[in-house]
Amino acid sequence: MTLHRAISPAVAVRRLSRAFGDRPVLHDITLNIPSGQFVALLGESGSGKTTLLRALAGLDDDARQSGSYSVPKNVSVLFQDARLLPWLSVIDNLTLGLRRQDAVQAAQSMLDSVGIGDKARAYPATLSGGQKQRAALARSLLRNPDLLLADEPFGALDALTRLKMHDLLLRLVERSRPTIVLVTHDVDEAVLLADRILVLRDGVIAEDHRVTVPHPRRPSHPDFEDLRRRLLRSLGVETEHI
Amino acid sequence: MNDMTRSHGGTLLDPAPGRTGKTTTSNRLAPGKLPRGLQLAGPVLLVVLWEAAARLGYLSPHTLAAPSTAIATGFEMFADGTLLPHLAASAGRAYAGLFLGVLAGVVLALASGLTMTGEALIDGLVQIKRAIPTLALIPLVILWLGIGEAMKIFIIFTAVLVPVYVNTHAALRGIDIGHVELARTLGLTRSEFIRNVALPGALPGFFVSLRLAVTLCWTSLVVLELINTQTGIGYLMNRARDWGQTDIIVVGILIYAVLGLLSDAAVRMVEARALSYRRSIGS
Ligand SMILES: Nc1ncnc2c1ncn2[C@@H]1O[C@H](COP(=O)(O)OP(=O)(O)OP(=O)(O)O)[C@@H](O)[C@H]1O
Ligand SMILES: [Mg+2]
Repeated sequence: MTLHRAISPAVAVRRLSRAFGDRPVLHDITLNIPSGQFVALLGESGSGKTTLLRALAGLDDDARQSGSYSVPKNVSVLFQDARLLPWLSVIDNLTLGLRRQDAVQAAQSMLDSVGIGDKARAYPATLSGGQKQRAALARSLLRNPDLLLADEPFGALDALTRLKMHDLLLRLVERSRPTIVLVTHDVDEAVLLADRILVLRDGVIAEDHRVTVPHPRRPSHPDFEDLRRRLLRSLGVETEHI
Repeated sequence: MNDMTRSHGGTLLDPAPGRTGKTTTSNRLAPGKLPRGLQLAGPVLLVVLWEAAARLGYLSPHTLAAPSTAIATGFEMFADGTLLPHLAASAGRAYAGLFLGVLAGVVLALASGLTMTGEALIDGLVQIKRAIPTLALIPLVILWLGIGEAMKIFIIFTAVLVPVYVNTHAALRGIDIGHVELARTLGLTRSEFIRNVALPGALPGFFVSLRLAVTLCWTSLVVLELINTQTGIGYLMNRARDWGQTDIIVVGILIYAVLGLLSDAAVRMVEARALSYRRSIGS
């Protein structure tokens, strides 16, 4: 495969295919994402969202053999399980592999901004699920990524914590504006956060929606409700009673 | 390797750090955690029955000395200075072999767990060694190293090496794939990866092997100390057998038990400190 370090669009995928054995999962995916766009990736369970994200993250060596894709140099991945190393304190998790002079100060101030500044010296085992995910978010953003890839990062959190994390994420990326691809099961989350929503179905990007709901987004806004309804229907959920 | 199960399952001491559990009551599916000290109920009962049998005349001193007799004999031997030189000689052999075996086991496990060449060259050899009973090597090693201390330490060394290698290697190979992916996305260098991900991840496995090793290093001694020596616990016990002194034999057995438990407790203490990160809020 070829890796272009293009400036714009931030993510360019050409004819990417991926099969497990003889079972195709991604079929000739072509996708451009402009720099700074917040993309939500929806799709039924097993539709290949994680597969696509892992390919973009460079974690799938087999996917490289087909097609081509280019991503920015500085990519950061946010996993569903926070994936902190249990034997490192929170702050050591943040600074691991971080190559900058002021790593520790920067990590501490990032922890402060995600609201767990007092947990810097704690081990991950002593953090709640939400706190772990905050630390993981801090670790990702600390690297000033040009592209943030997130695979259901809030999927394991309770509804209340998830709302807080949405606000936090929006606030933290407001200034640096990285390109974001967020895989989610949660249609509301997608409509609330994203500039653009893709639906993956049968190995291709079957739908590509622009989200025009004005910020700050309220679920009661008619455009919000309309888009939500359409997305749910395209994911196979009939919405009469929702 | 029946020692494996022993170190994973319950021993007389606390469970490994990190394994959390409610204290007394628990749900009906899993047995609750035993209150501290109650693990000793079985051993205490055995000693009481044994003592009673001896006192009531069911157990002749020629068959087995009463625990009280053995303890008295032990104190006597300790007080008149006959015990310590033997203990020191045995400990010297056991811990020299332990030290070398742990060192070599870890080095080999690292070489074979972290590099493909190492795996290709080392793993098969150790697996073959694993299939051969340690004591079966004695005749050959005697031809190579003679019947002196070097031979004894070498045999202990090979006995200890295997479980240390096997457990540490398995821990290195069983590294969490998620952590490997994380390391990739963080752009860690190979040495950063080894220091911060691979080695800490293998540490619990290493401690399991160390707990096996500290007791294993004593097990060959009884046989080894039959060969050309006038010192050691094994020598004492064998000589006592010739003279029918069951109390001294029991003293030797007790020494092994106490040393085993103390060594195990010492490793657990180090382990608990090294793996303190596992302790979560609930425990
Ligand atoms: N390593 C693998 N080996 C074989 N099949 C795989 C592998 N990884 C994924 N698959 C298959 O590829 C398909 C897509 O999986 P993927 O994990 O990308 O789905 P997903 O859209 O992320 O689903 P979910 O929403 O449940 O996380 C699934 O049918 C899955 O069984
Ligand atoms: Mg997935």
